[in-house]
Amino acid sequence: MVRRPSRRAYVGQWVFLLVVVAIAGLMMNELGTNLARRNLHFGFGFLVDQAHFDIPFHLISWSVFDTYGRVLLVSLLNTLLVSAMGVVAATLLGLLVGIMRLSVNWLVRNIALAFIEFVRNTPQLVQIIFWYLAVLQTLPSPRQSIVIPGGLLLNIRGLYVPDVIMREEGSLLTWLACFLLAATPFIWQVPLLGRRLGAKALVLPLIAAAMLGVGIERIEFPALTGFNITGGTQVPPELVALWAGLSIYAAAFIAEIVRSSIQAVAQGQTEAARSLGLRKGQVLLLIVLPQALRMMVPQLTSQYLNLIKSSTLGAAVAYPEIFQLFAGTVMNQANKEVETIIIVMAVFLFVNLLFSAFMNWYNNHVALVER
Amino acid sequence: MLRHMTKLATCCAVVAGIIGFAGASWAQSEVKSATLDAVKKRGQLICGVDTGIPGFAFQDAAGKWQGLDVAYCQAIATAVLGDPTKVKYVGTTSKVRFSVLQSGEIDVLIRDSTHTLTRNTELGLAYGGLNFFTGEAFMVKKSLNVAHAKELNGATICVLTGTTLELNIADYGRANNIKINTLLFEKPEEAFAAAEAGRCDGYTDDGGSVAAARSAMKNPKDWIILPELISREFLGAYTRQGDERWTVLVNWVHYAMLEAEVLGITKANIDKVKGETKDPETRSFLGLEENFGKQLGVDNAWAYNLVKAVGNYGENYDTYFGPLELPRGWNNLYTKGGLQYPLPWR
Repeated sequence: MVRRPSRRAYVGQWVFLLVVVAIAGLMMNELGTNLARRNLHFGFGFLVDQAHFDIPFHLISWSVFDTYGRVLLVSLLNTLLVSAMGVVAATLLGLLVGIMRLSVNWLVRNIALAFIEFVRNTPQLVQIIFWYLAVLQTLPSPRQSIVIPGGLLLNIRGLYVPDVIMREEGSLLTWLACFLLAATPFIWQVPLLGRRLGAKALVLPLIAAAMLGVGIERIEFPALTGFNITGGTQVPPELVALWAGLSIYAAAFIAEIVRSSIQAVAQGQTEAARSLGLRKGQVLLLIVLPQALRMMVPQLTSQYLNLIKSSTLGAAVAYPEIFQLFAGTVMNQANKEVETIIIVMAVFLFVNLLFSAFMNWYNNHVALVER
Repeated sequence: MLRHMTKLATCCAVVAGIIGFAGASWAQSEVKSATLDAVKKRGQLICGVDTGIPGFAFQDAAGKWQGLDVAYCQAIATAVLGDPTKVKYVGTTSKVRFSVLQSGEIDVLIRDSTHTLTRNTELGLAYGGLNFFTGEAFMVKKSLNVAHAKELNGATICVLTGTTLELNIADYGRANNIKINTLLFEKPEEAFAAAEAGRCDGYTDDGGSVAAARSAMKNPKDWIILPELISREFLGAYTRQGDERWTVLVNWVHYAMLEAEVLGITKANIDKVKGETKDPETRSFLGLEENFGKQLGVDNAWAYNLVKAVGNYGENYDTYFGPLELPRGWNNLYTKGGLQYPLPWR
């Protein structure tokens, strides 16, 4: 029965799976016994308990009467915010440095090289703390805030941007505007009389902008009262430092990926483009980069995943991300160590799997079709 | 004949073995404590302390551990092993300290940790004596002209995460209808740096640690400690539940430090006192009478040894908190209006 190699492999795989499940079961059992021995009880009921502590930076509303479950949501959003900002900044900076690395100009080329080597060869945690202290040391106290045209204030407590206060019915308008923005790329593709709609779809974002404009009741400018600036939205220096630390570190690796991908584009492409009379800049922008960018998607994915995971280093600079807040404060206040760590790991697994699934889809979408 | 001899020898060996076994278990049965046995066998105490806070536990320029909590580790090691140097210090952050203790990586946790109801119940930790009475205090920049904690509405305060402090601040704000913003740090170093740079208006911690924080500032005179204590933070040693005799020993090491001060015995005069004293309480404390040491499962001269090695409570307080200009207050002996008292040496 198991003489056929394919069958044998099949049986082998099942046996292996059973062994893995058995080991996992044993470990769970052992965990339960150990917890019981220390008078600890496993369970996730604590998520509905009130937290009773304050969170310094939150994107959605927060009060001390909210639950540990909401702490998870608040801190996850903080993590996603800095990760998203980091991914965008790292990509742009990495692209720039990677291209600089191939410049014919000696100075430009070597500045890029020095940047990459310096950033790649020092620990990321040290860099983040460096940026934090550097940011803190250079900015003035709230009373000596730097006034930036447009009603912005910059001081050691962060960057304060004016708050836009929406009317009652504003939130509905905001949702509609978001919907219109999200729909734009799809409308773009809609065929009309044998052709795609294309740029005509850009009328939708304009409508969205107009709707938002109508929804605004007033704009609240930040001002100094007492200890702190009140009014406006605060971008804390912790966020800026973590953002800088994450994106600069990832950018150094991305720069090398960009360089290698550009060099991997067949030399013949450049020569052919040159012989057609394109200028150097045109060759890079129109011929080489579009091919190189497609090649680097799989490698970029792993850099992005690293960046998302490294956002947990924000705990060192008091940025309230999921690791510090949920696997830190909540772990201690609710006395649920195993549970909080399991939740944080599950959340990262979910976020990263979702992200890499998207990147794989995107890669399949844009990958060069080899002939 | 030879066969008989062999039988006899076997019989003797068995009997001897039984007697030996019974004897061994007899000797051990006096004090049953897995932790105490493990420490004796290892020849070293593994003591969980703070990662670095002046006053309680810090490493000096030579890398040697110093501080009140460290003195307690040394006192326990002296009581059990007769040598204050037989300690391995494990620096623990506020976040992981209790897990490290629960998992058995350390024998005792003496890390300026507050004793609370949930820690005694849900975390399964036992009470090992309170070596520092304090409350949560605030340190703010003098230039802010704040005199009382109630005036901190709208201020941003740097705090360490994983502590009772976060809850205290939120509760205090609710009770007084003010809003105090917090910034949560994992380690004191970054929190100090942020306070120094002006990212926060102040720093909060237990009274002793705040005094330590002030001493760590570039210019301590620029900072004032507000008079209010917004909570009770009674700090002390923790052990694991389920090993009562070890917990009892840790408690009595604490009482020995205090008893020595009550009796006026110091590191310097202990040999003189031992030679001259006729006071029964002093004599039993030093192990000249009674067998208190044996009852605890350690050498009968344990209290003598530990005072000789590390000194009494007051000496250690003056050494480590004197430089921080922190008056003894609650931590004075009960005879001097404080809260520190040893249980009777009976």
